[in-house]
Amino acid sequence: MKTGAKILIEGLIRQGVTTIFGYPGGVVLPIYDELYDSPLQHILVRHEQAAAHAADGYARASGRTGVCLATSGPGACNLVTGIATAYMDSVPMVALTGQVPTSLLGNDAFQESDITGITMPITKHNYLVNKTEDLDSVIREAFHIARTGRQGPVLIDIPKDVATNQIPDPPDDYQFHIRGYNPTLQGHLRQIEKALAMIDEAKRPVIYAGGGVIASNASSELIRLAELTGTPVTTTLMGIGAIPCDHPLNLGMLGMHGTRYANYAVTECDLLIAIGARFDDRVTGKIQSFAPNAGIIHIDIDPAEIGKNKPVDVPIVGDSKSVLTCMLDRIAKQPSRQGWNEKVNHWKSTHPMALPDDGVLRPQMVIRTLSDLLDGEGIIVSEVGQNQMWTAQHFCFRHPRTWITSGGLGTMGYGLPAAMGAHYARPDLPVFDIAGDGSIQMNIQEFGTIAQYDIPVKVVILNNMFLGMVRQWQELFYDRRYSYTELPEVDFVGIARAYGIDGMRVDSADLVKEALMSAIETDGPFVLDFRIEREENVFPMVPAGAAINEMIGGRQE
Amino acid sequence: MKVHTLSILVENRAGVLSRVAGMFSRRGFNIESLAVGTCEQPEMSRITITVKGDDTTIEQVKKQLNKLIDVIKVSDITYREHVRRELALIKVAASPSNTRAEVMQIADVFRAQIIDVGAKTLVLQVVGPPEKIDALETLLRQYGVKELVRTGTVAVLRGSKTSAGE
Repeated sequence: MKTGAKILIEGLIRQGVTTIFGYPGGVVLPIYDELYDSPLQHILVRHEQAAAHAADGYARASGRTGVCLATSGPGACNLVTGIATAYMDSVPMVALTGQVPTSLLGNDAFQESDITGITMPITKHNYLVNKTEDLDSVIREAFHIARTGRQGPVLIDIPKDVATNQIPDPPDDYQFHIRGYNPTLQGHLRQIEKALAMIDEAKRPVIYAGGGVIASNASSELIRLAELTGTPVTTTLMGIGAIPCDHPLNLGMLGMHGTRYANYAVTECDLLIAIGARFDDRVTGKIQSFAPNAGIIHIDIDPAEIGKNKPVDVPIVGDSKSVLTCMLDRIAKQPSRQGWNEKVNHWKSTHPMALPDDGVLRPQMVIRTLSDLLDGEGIIVSEVGQNQMWTAQHFCFRHPRTWITSGGLGTMGYGLPAAMGAHYARPDLPVFDIAGDGSIQMNIQEFGTIAQYDIPVKVVILNNMFLGMVRQWQELFYDRRYSYTELPEVDFVGIARAYGIDGMRVDSADLVKEALMSAIETDGPFVLDFRIEREENVFPMVPAGAAINEMIGGRQE
Repeated sequence: MKVHTLSILVENRAGVLSRVAGMFSRRGFNIESLAVGTCEQPEMSRITITVKGDDTTIEQVKKQLNKLIDVIKVSDITYREHVRRELALIKVAASPSNTRAEVMQIADVFRAQIIDVGAKTLVLQVVGPPEKIDALETLLRQYGVKELVRTGTVAVLRGSKTSAGE
């Protein structure tokens, strides 16, 4: 005989789980009691939202399924932002929540909330387990759903009595079949041949690669396709790292804060090959003017993304890696695309992502210095806003899964807890959280967690005493009326020290390198408070509703 | 904009209707009518939804439905030979001294049954495609429709083919 709690813990171990992030409470007491002497490592966060983000960061850095655990009611509700973040970026996650006993369900009992109802629109699927007998199969199904097809979060809500009831041992080799779930992984061969024919014909092709390339570990296939066909590659925010920053065919990010040359190339191309990307509004700008002269091939694992925002000439439903492998096996000898490549390289050299060397402490320079020091070897997590865009633009990423950011939902407060999760996924790599002074204060309580477990996350705060991205929009589009975007000075190093974390405040451009070196050389966590140029903007920029080649700002040489 | 009839086979589980209906409202698709009940398969239910939209919208509706784990099969039977029926109960003012005879005549033309006779009202039960029910309702409105209850459209393919088996 086994309790539900024991079945749960054994089920997690069977799924290969080693680390979970959580916060205890009343109805999860039986589960926590079972955790007490289980081989699972449990990281106690300071707020349930951080547990969800940490599980998410763990999943993105490792490719494995992240797991978080919270109690019923407020605990479960606090997971919501983290679950929604994972859902928008298709991150494999299993969220476990306690629930009031089945006898009290629907009674407005103490700490009861309808978390399966609440999370219905932000999970790939969710379960309310009604009896202990169902628990084993639900765990197996949940992990299967989370990590296959278009990945995403799955929530399992476990009433207290389901965790405490004893039932006979469930069979080890239980097989399940989900009738309504059968994701397409292999691309349709005839469609692939049509795509290859279009590629053969194309004179000015561009690859537009998204997070799906990272999720399916298709980075080397992507690079091979680009090299064989002489096709420049632009990545979305989520696709950064799929091709090394300094690869000659890499155009960097496209869209609202993309490079000018990526946006020009997409606007001028005659064939756009979209791989694991979803034509998001931040990428396309005015959709009618996006790749206006191009035929479009769209490879995506989710059929619902194909044709959702933009009509497509050749749709291919399937896993990026398997589709690209199949394409590479069949690709014909390609014509030279030297003329096109020269044109693209000309844009690259005339519109570089440049910044002035004027001795002012600018955020871009902090990012570039860190990039040089780490030389692509490390995990960079960001918060959301200007800090995120500057990092995406100026850090040189060389490997997939080393850039971790909240793209779809744009969740401020994501970075610090996600960085904790990334550390447990890749303890061999240095982990940096690039933050703003606004974002860091959204989950600053996690200083407590990194101090308690001595998690060696380095926090780089680009402190402009503003909610910088909103301020930038107010400057550009609201006549500099800075409505509620100015923040008072905060002694971040003092806060860090109060938690027992070392830190340093940096006021001068001359000290940037030295300060970053100190952080890198510190074994444990470290907090750097860079007092940057207050009204620095993220450029270039496509104003909302404009075509992506109608960019403003950006220094040109 | 055309009204499409979708026949959706789902797991017969708590919360399935809410998942389907929630997806429609969240993505801004308009349900014209919805009917749900058990079906020939044990542990499954069939939901019949009629939804108005252009081809792109309907395509997106079907794809989003297919993403729901509890949805087993989505069949768009709009362009296949099928029969559609809806049942309505209509309580209409019809006093014996005045309009009752006229209402009964209209009911007769529409092959509606009178299933309740009150002092001042009649209750009509009518079965047919939704357009027929609309037409009857329009005709009865001049007498005073006190209450109208419709089940939503259900539909089935003609001949031996079934919506779930292709």
